[in-house]
Amino acid sequence: MDKLIMGRYIPGDSVIHRMDPRSKLLVMIAFVFILFLANDWLGYSVLLVYTFTAIFLTKIKIGYFLRGLRPMLGLILFTLIFQVLFTPGTHEIFHLWIIDITRESIINGIYIFFRFVLIIFMSTILTLTTPPLTLADGIEMGLAPLKKVKVPVHELGLMLSISLRFIPTLMDDTTMIMNAQRARGMDFGEGNLVQKIKSVIPILIPLFVSSFRRADDLAVAMEARGYQGGDGRSKYRALKWQIGDTLSVLVLFIVMVILLAWRQFWYWY
Amino acid sequence: MTKVLEISDLNYRYEKNQEEPTLSDLSFDVNVGEWLAIIGQNGSGKSTTARIIDGLLEPEAGIVKICGETLNRENVWDLRRKIGMVFQNPDNQFVGATVEDDVAFGLENQGISREEMLKRVEEALGQVNMLDFKTKEPARLSGGQKQRVAIAGVIALRPQIIILDEATSMLDPTGHDEIMQVIREIKDKYNLTVISITHDLEEASHADRILVMQQGQIVRNSSPSQLFSEQTDLIEFGLDLPFSSSLAHELHQHGFDLPATYLTDDELVEAVLKNLN
Repeated sequence: MDKLIMGRYIPGDSVIHRMDPRSKLLVMIAFVFILFLANDWLGYSVLLVYTFTAIFLTKIKIGYFLRGLRPMLGLILFTLIFQVLFTPGTHEIFHLWIIDITRESIINGIYIFFRFVLIIFMSTILTLTTPPLTLADGIEMGLAPLKKVKVPVHELGLMLSISLRFIPTLMDDTTMIMNAQRARGMDFGEGNLVQKIKSVIPILIPLFVSSFRRADDLAVAMEARGYQGGDGRSKYRALKWQIGDTLSVLVLFIVMVILLAWRQFWYWY
Repeated sequence: MTKVLEISDLNYRYEKNQEEPTLSDLSFDVNVGEWLAIIGQNGSGKSTTARIIDGLLEPEAGIVKICGETLNRENVWDLRRKIGMVFQNPDNQFVGATVEDDVAFGLENQGISREEMLKRVEEALGQVNMLDFKTKEPARLSGGQKQRVAIAGVIALRPQIIILDEATSMLDPTGHDEIMQVIREIKDKYNLTVISITHDLEEASHADRILVMQQGQIVRNSSPSQLFSEQTDLIEFGLDLPFSSSLAHELHQHGFDLPATYLTDDELVEAVLKNLN
């Protein structure tokens, strides 16, 4: 599990670490949309510079980001190959039956590649620099306006933070159940596909049962401590929007304006 | 002495067609500042009683009075504030994602202002010696530490009664002693009433009074020394004897002349020394 970089948090004290999770989320989401505005070398170089500046500001080694990319590499190459092979274009390089490699298709493939890499890098920045709990807080507060349309924002936030808190506990449960079943002669990861799937059942069922018990105990403990739902609750953790947050949103906005203008410029000529 | 808790004629069954009721005509009182231990075999109704006191379960019949007020559906949330409960499994009652969040959870529920919360969380964690672990996640704590956090969460709410529902049964002896030490300290400091439900007779022997439950009824209501000197009775109830008590019994069989009353470890040492001299 240690190899998985995606979704992990690396403690640090950089400018990005100190940012408000709401602004990071906002920038992250906006970045994905802006990425689709870019459609030429200039657009992509602006966004590359932007992303690498952000990575530099996190003070986290670039190796972590590259490792975060690794599990997605297969998917990226898969789409890349399809793009290259099947995009029609005018400057033909190679043609065989429905396979059609053109200069446009290669360029397009490279753009797609960068699009993937940039999205993954940006989301890795978000998860590496934000503790999961703070992220949950950010999501809850970010969704707060939706309360007006009857979205149960508090409940969603609570569920999110309880799930996050129980991940290690349930992981321990799983390991314990697996070892207990092994001690009774169970073989995991052996045999053909059907046997492998069957061998998961003796883990899943006890895990479900223990989760139900935990949920019941937790609900009773919460009630005993006076939990009555979201109304009339105060909050212990507070998020603080600072100048850096406004600045980061502003920079992204400027990038967006530049890209939009450049697109328009292209459109006219 | 003023009563902090009065219970009369409680009846409860988990399922309607259950033949033997879980609790039948249970009555007892608890005084302010008293340490009461409730012991009994599994299924004797100890935990059920605790949950009814806290309003988590509604009794079939009977009255629960907390600080003179009768518990009913309208005032259950108010009266619950006077009671802090610590449950058995340290993992399952940890709501917060970090130690400080967990302590703050109850305060958040009461809508207490943030400044006040920060102060109380700090204070409560200091009280149980967990200040250094403030920002740690539960996965990084030991069982005893998690229980201490649970106690901090309770004392931050300033209750008048603390109910320990087998709060130490999943801990090792060190963790157990730590928790008991903490409880004793805060009990004296805030003049709290402690109701501890336990299987641990050593723990019960430190109480002011012990209730023995069997099949939903109270079969004994006496001081530890009185109870533990009636050795045969306890075994009849399916309970064990405290170590010092069975040792004293053994010594008596071997011709030592010991007083017939219950002796704690220290008292027993004293008595044996006197005997040898």
